[in-house]
Amino acid sequence: MLEQKIIIFVSFGYMGLLFAIAFWGDKRAEAGKSIISNPYIYALSLAVYCTAWTFYGSVGAASTSGATGFLNIYLGPTLMMILGWPILRKIICISKINRITSIADFIASRYGKSATIAGAVTIIAVLGIVPYMSVQIKAISTSFQLISQYPNVYMAQTATPLSGTKDTAFFVAILLALFAVVFGTRHLEATERHEGLVAAIAFESLVKLVAILSVGVFITYGLYSGFGDLFAQASLVPYIRQLFVMEVNAATFTGWYNALFLAMMAIFLLPRQFQVIVVENVDENHLKKAVWLFPMYLLAINIFVIPIAFGGMMYFFEQCGSDPVCKQTLPQAFDGILRFANGRVDADYFALTLLMAKQQQGLALFAFLGGMSAATGMVIVETIALSTMVCNDLVMPVLLRLPFLKLEQKSDLSRLLLIIRRVSILAIVLLGYLYFHYVVEYYSLVSIGMISFAAVAQFSPAVIGGIFWKGATRRGALFGLLAGFFTWMYTLVLPSLAQAGFLSRELLTYGPLGVDLLNPSHLFGLDVHRLGINQYTHAVFWSMAVNIGLFIGVSLFSRQNAMERRQATLFVDVFKSSVESEKSSFWRATASVVDLRTLLERFLGKTRTEDALTLYAREHHINWEQELIADAGLVSHAEKLLAGAIGSASALVMVRSVVEEEPLGMDEIMHILDETQQMIIYSRELEKATKDLEAANERLKELDRLKNEFISTVTHELRTPLTSIRSLAEIVHNTPDLDTRKQHVFVGIIIKESERLTRLINNVLDFQKIESGQIQWQMTRLNFKEVIEDAIFSTGQLIKEKHIALTFDISTMPGVVSGDKDRLIQVMVNLISNAVKFCHTQNGRITVGMQVKIEKIGGNDKGWVTIFVKDNGIGIDKGDQEIVFQEFRQVISGSKGRPLGTGIGLTISKHIIDAHKGRIWVDSELGKGATFFFELPLLE
Amino acid sequence: MKKKILIVDDEPNIIVPLEFLMTQNHYDVQTADTGEKALDLISRWKPDLILLDIMLPGMDGYEVCQKIRQGKEFSQTRIIFLSAMARSIDIAKGMGLAADDYITKPFANDYVVSKIKELLADTD
Repeated sequence: MLEQKIIIFVSFGYMGLLFAIAFWGDKRAEAGKSIISNPYIYALSLAVYCTAWTFYGSVGAASTSGATGFLNIYLGPTLMMILGWPILRKIICISKINRITSIADFIASRYGKSATIAGAVTIIAVLGIVPYMSVQIKAISTSFQLISQYPNVYMAQTATPLSGTKDTAFFVAILLALFAVVFGTRHLEATERHEGLVAAIAFESLVKLVAILSVGVFITYGLYSGFGDLFAQASLVPYIRQLFVMEVNAATFTGWYNALFLAMMAIFLLPRQFQVIVVENVDENHLKKAVWLFPMYLLAINIFVIPIAFGGMMYFFEQCGSDPVCKQTLPQAFDGILRFANGRVDADYFALTLLMAKQQQGLALFAFLGGMSAATGMVIVETIALSTMVCNDLVMPVLLRLPFLKLEQKSDLSRLLLIIRRVSILAIVLLGYLYFHYVVEYYSLVSIGMISFAAVAQFSPAVIGGIFWKGATRRGALFGLLAGFFTWMYTLVLPSLAQAGFLSRELLTYGPLGVDLLNPSHLFGLDVHRLGINQYTHAVFWSMAVNIGLFIGVSLFSRQNAMERRQATLFVDVFKSSVESEKSSFWRATASVVDLRTLLERFLGKTRTEDALTLYAREHHINWEQELIADAGLVSHAEKLLAGAIGSASALVMVRSVVEEEPLGMDEIMHILDETQQMIIYSRELEKATKDLEAANERLKELDRLKNEFISTVTHELRTPLTSIRSLAEIVHNTPDLDTRKQHVFVGIIIKESERLTRLINNVLDFQKIESGQIQWQMTRLNFKEVIEDAIFSTGQLIKEKHIALTFDISTMPGVVSGDKDRLIQVMVNLISNAVKFCHTQNGRITVGMQVKIEKIGGNDKGWVTIFVKDNGIGIDKGDQEIVFQEFRQVISGSKGRPLGTGIGLTISKHIIDAHKGRIWVDSELGKGATFFFELPLLE
Repeated sequence: MKKKILIVDDEPNIIVPLEFLMTQNHYDVQTADTGEKALDLISRWKPDLILLDIMLPGMDGYEVCQKIRQGKEFSQTRIIFLSAMARSIDIAKGMGLAADDYITKPFANDYVVSKIKELLADTD
């Protein structure tokens, strides 16, 4: 008889031993002599992967489906360590530089220190791990129940003992939680690393390995004479014999690879695995040894799984004896539950029950300890990892944002952090217990574990994609994670709840609301039966498909902000940049040293802050007495220190609260953007801006050229009258005997040319006025006929001198417009004097006309008055007709027809007509004269 | 025998003083107000010197100069550009067409007369 007292005493004794090891480990670490800085300890700590699932579940799985049932769970990690170590090395390296505290912190940090992502990952992790946690509670309480019955072997099936199991489970859960609290949150300082814990875990790994090896050796060499004998005898039993070979069909195939994939991901994505592999890693080089040591450990812990399973089964057959019914019901009975002499026994617990049946009291106790060790190790590390995430990424971000808590005024928050972590641990374990209480009894250990594996596999796109693909965006990661998680919930958790009776079972038969397409057991009509896909493969297929699809798809169509780009580069190029992370600081900011110190003290405590700053000062030759302003490097360092305690997303928020951001200089921006995708976009924009500038510059040059042309035109125009004035004046002055008649003619020309000169100068001034918009328009209501009359009056003399025949073609309808009379006269005079100038020299003819036309547009009458001045001169070349009105364009050498050096009158005219909302144009053919038209809107 | 001078300009009020000056200095004078008329007169009347404006309606002064210089017949005919276009590039262009001189408007009467005298003296 093994008394419960003894079992409890041994159990507590064992936990006490673990605690002592942890305590010793921490003491050594404080003394600077880390015991875990050792590749063997590191490799052993990774074996926290092997839980009760391994210790008990593998045996159960082996007895239903042979090696097929459990081996992939260990082949996965083996493959990952051997082939996937570059991924692990990169993750470790990144995490060290960024002081990553958890898988949630890692993913969030990669995607721009996003608090949303951190929160999402935390929730997924907690909900995903709860079933796994419940498995451990189940294993400990069941094994405790079993061994308490020693030497009787039976498993309670009736209701009364079952509630006993549940009570045990509740106490187990509470105890586990307390252990986890004691192990993980003993220190007042909330740090990301737990040296003592790792030492204890390594020891625990050793214990469970030795325990299972002992059981295996006893069965193989004690009950049988070695492997050969055991297998030979097993082969005599038909049912066991068929487990010798892997049954190859679609179902085992897909299921097998699916489990292999999940295990490969789980080895580093499970929060506790991330904790031991990445966060607790002391030296990157330890990984080199771990990549072969850890697979060796896995091999060793699995080597006796089949012998234990077969041994247990053969014992069962012996118990059946000659009872034919018992033998016949075997295959069904093996479905997880196996009947022993006086009850039913779960095949999962062969390692324990067989020893008990064989009256091996001491060994059975040791096996129980091994199993308990495996389960507690998992629970402790997992809850510590999860509580860190819950505290840093879920609770603190919320608390820090609640103004009424006035957290920013508290001088020391490290106590609060610990309290939150402790409460989280209790809550998580409690959740695990509840899941166990309501759901787990319907499932075997392995199948429950698979649900958790499938949940953490949802992190894989964000993690692996994130460290190799810079283009992965926060949005992409978030969408992928959430979609994958909800698909996981829908296809795995929902059915398990339905099985447990929380939901109608019809959901699994007919789909929600009878929509079979949405049936969680064969989503979107995926024919699981024909393809031989089990529910895990089905769930993983859909969840990973939507996860990866959205991760990539959304990433491609969303943009990263500056922080994301910076983090993406930091993660993806972690080996490339020899730059110290502090130098590649995102902060272009300064803060007062006092503020920064206060901030650090609040989360890290006074001592640690002092130590950290002293160390920093020593490395950077800083004297705190003199230093008042923390530079970007120190701010960044402080952020990292904080990140170690509260996670990168919260650390960023806290640091931001005390720093004053400086505007980024151009070269800093360039530096930060260096090597990022955005750079390409910016350089394109820059290129475009440069082009625009060049275009603007070209336009300016062109304007400059035109201006020069204008000046030369104007001066040319001024020179012409000046030439005749000067020349004639010289003649009159130097020729005393000039006859009076000639003198009269010459002086007359001088006067006329002087007037021309004046007109020109006025034109230039007008032009300048109109161009610069300084002109004051004196708009009045006027009949255009008056304008024409006035213009003819002032040009009459000119026309008469040239003997030009002037005719009119004026409409009888009054052309009433709104306009500046003087300016419109100016236009008419310009056109007429041009016509006069270029008229046919012998028999010049000029026609001045005015037409009024009224169009009906919609219900309104729209009228125009059109004026034209037609000459019979040399005409204007078609190509020049457009440019005669352009400013600066008067001089076109080599053109056919009328020289365009006709002053700027036309340009001024165009400006005036434009200002009257009218239009001016010319119609001409070389040699056949030119007709200038303009039209103005009719007033009525 | 009087030397013959052709004045080509489209501005009548510039032709007036030039014609007077040439007559006063005992030259035989003809005028043309377009390039086409000028070429016609040159081939018929064969002037010794041409005072050539550049900005002319239709064919411009440069083109007239070019046409004159194309044939051997008028290679000895003196050509003086008389233009209001005073930029060095315009002057260079004119001289490049093998003109004998380029005088910018407004001009000093004495200077024009002395240049003409100088150029025509060489041909004697």
